[in-house]
Amino acid sequence: MAMSVHDSDMREELLSGKNELFTDPDPDHARAFFRNKSRSMKPKLANVKDVVRDMIKDGDYIAIGGFGANRIPTAIIHEIVRQRKKHLGFAGHTSTHDFQVLVAGECIERCDVAYIIGLEARGLSPNARRAVESGKIKLTEWTNASLSWRLKAAAMGISFIPTRNILGTDTFGQSAAKVITCPFTGKKYAAMPALFPDFAAIHVHEADIYGNCRVYGASVSDFDLAKASKRVVITAERIIPHDEIRREPEKTVIPFWCVDAVIEVPYGSYPGNMPYEYFSDEEHLKTWLKVEKDPKELEKFLQEQIYGVDNFYDYLNINGGIEKMKKLRAIEYLINNK
Amino acid sequence: MEYNPMELMICVAARNLEDGATVVVGTGAPCAAAMLAQKLYSPNLCIMFEAGGVAPILPTMPISVGDSRTFHKAIMASSMPEVMETCQRGMVDYTFLGGAQIDMYGNINSTMIGDDYEKPKVRFPGSGGANDLASLCWRTMMMTVQDARRFTDKLDFITSPGYLHGGRSRYEAGLPEGTGPYRIITNMAVMGFDDETKWMTVLSINPGYSRKDVQDNCGFELKWAKKIEDTKPPTDDELRILREEVDPHRYIIGR
Repeated sequence: MAMSVHDSDMREELLSGKNELFTDPDPDHARAFFRNKSRSMKPKLANVKDVVRDMIKDGDYIAIGGFGANRIPTAIIHEIVRQRKKHLGFAGHTSTHDFQVLVAGECIERCDVAYIIGLEARGLSPNARRAVESGKIKLTEWTNASLSWRLKAAAMGISFIPTRNILGTDTFGQSAAKVITCPFTGKKYAAMPALFPDFAAIHVHEADIYGNCRVYGASVSDFDLAKASKRVVITAERIIPHDEIRREPEKTVIPFWCVDAVIEVPYGSYPGNMPYEYFSDEEHLKTWLKVEKDPKELEKFLQEQIYGVDNFYDYLNINGGIEKMKKLRAIEYLINNK
Repeated sequence: MEYNPMELMICVAARNLEDGATVVVGTGAPCAAAMLAQKLYSPNLCIMFEAGGVAPILPTMPISVGDSRTFHKAIMASSMPEVMETCQRGMVDYTFLGGAQIDMYGNINSTMIGDDYEKPKVRFPGSGGANDLASLCWRTMMMTVQDARRFTDKLDFITSPGYLHGGRSRYEAGLPEGTGPYRIITNMAVMGFDDETKWMTVLSINPGYSRKDVQDNCGFELKWAKKIEDTKPPTDDELRILREEVDPHRYIIGR
């Protein structure tokens, strides 16, 4: 007898998380966008101000590469705050300092949550916590694997991916996932809807002027993020010659056709960690968590560090400049530099 | 040697990680337990971090589960999908989780306190990878101080699945067969779970505590194993390596 789907399974009510899906998972809508995305290998060097002005509209859904405060594109994050972008959606896939800076700038209106508010072993962000507890930011609940698999579905050009996490929990209840039954085995899965962000910023070690990128160390979800996002800006520690890319093609992890703009930003993950380059500035992050306790102090800090400076280099300079970066390099390289 | 409750919990946890096993850990006490196990009992313990680090030789305690230390001299600096898919495929034996609340079936809350999701009384970071690891790794452990507010019969939010409503409910919801909470290690006792009912069951009591202490500091009725052991206190070797090599700056054990 041929295998058939059990009648009872057919009748079973489709279980569904009750929160809002902030982005459209339809792969044909994404294809319509990608049909017109440029694939020509042309120089894409840009600057932070223009990219943020031209590539992000108020209300867009954005995602940030890296993990926590590791390998984050700080220059782009600060510029979003400086240009006072509003009503943004956000993919909160272990987002810590990036999310907290954007919340301090009141840029985020809705957020897919896996991990926010915490700054890992350093403690919790008082301001992000106030914002979420007041109900100011609309949340839909997910997990790190869920968000990385939602990006993978988008990267694959399909509308969902079946997974075996979040089932049976309130995390599922407050998500926008659905329970489905496998047509081959009858097993239950959570269907993770594809996540196609409007905009992503990813900080990498090396890129050429066309946007072919190299990343060293843990890549988190960034390769799928680059493929899933409609518009992608790369900030890079170093621009390298295109010939270098062609000499060792196996090192390319994000190809040029995913990328819309490339900006050289040395020390670009500061105050976060950049593998094999510099460690995180724990003093700065400690100060951040401290000033966040008092809204007035936070406003003063934002004025001094973000609104009141022209660009990322001014910000680096007021935080110790090259001298500080040398110290952070010594920590990264485990050099006992007294 | 004298020791504090955190040191005891880390030492007890480390004894559960056998050589050749795989474990995904976060920062803090779980990472310390895995490092101690590796130095003392299980040189081939494969430690993994959810941002992609696999089998690092940890030079110091990481601050983030994605920082450079998590893949220092590792065999792979992979990705989050890679680590999570390895869990989903059934290749990861252990994980450790923390949380604000835990119930008798080992369900854990690390999301919020209150009854209104949109306006929580207290919002915590959220699942991060906790739900994934609790869903997909074979055995989940927890290390925590025991008190009646944390050990509660009603979670405000189930972030990460234990045995859900007991019995077979975890597997009926679709989570992989044979997975689930394994050990809850507190300052007072070590708990497991009843094979049939999946209810939290005391296996051993730590030095200096009584049955009454353990029950009085739990918000639900605990079950008791037929034979309750005495938890072995940390050995001098365990304490020395923990203090001198694993956490010399007392980041974790000084808490």
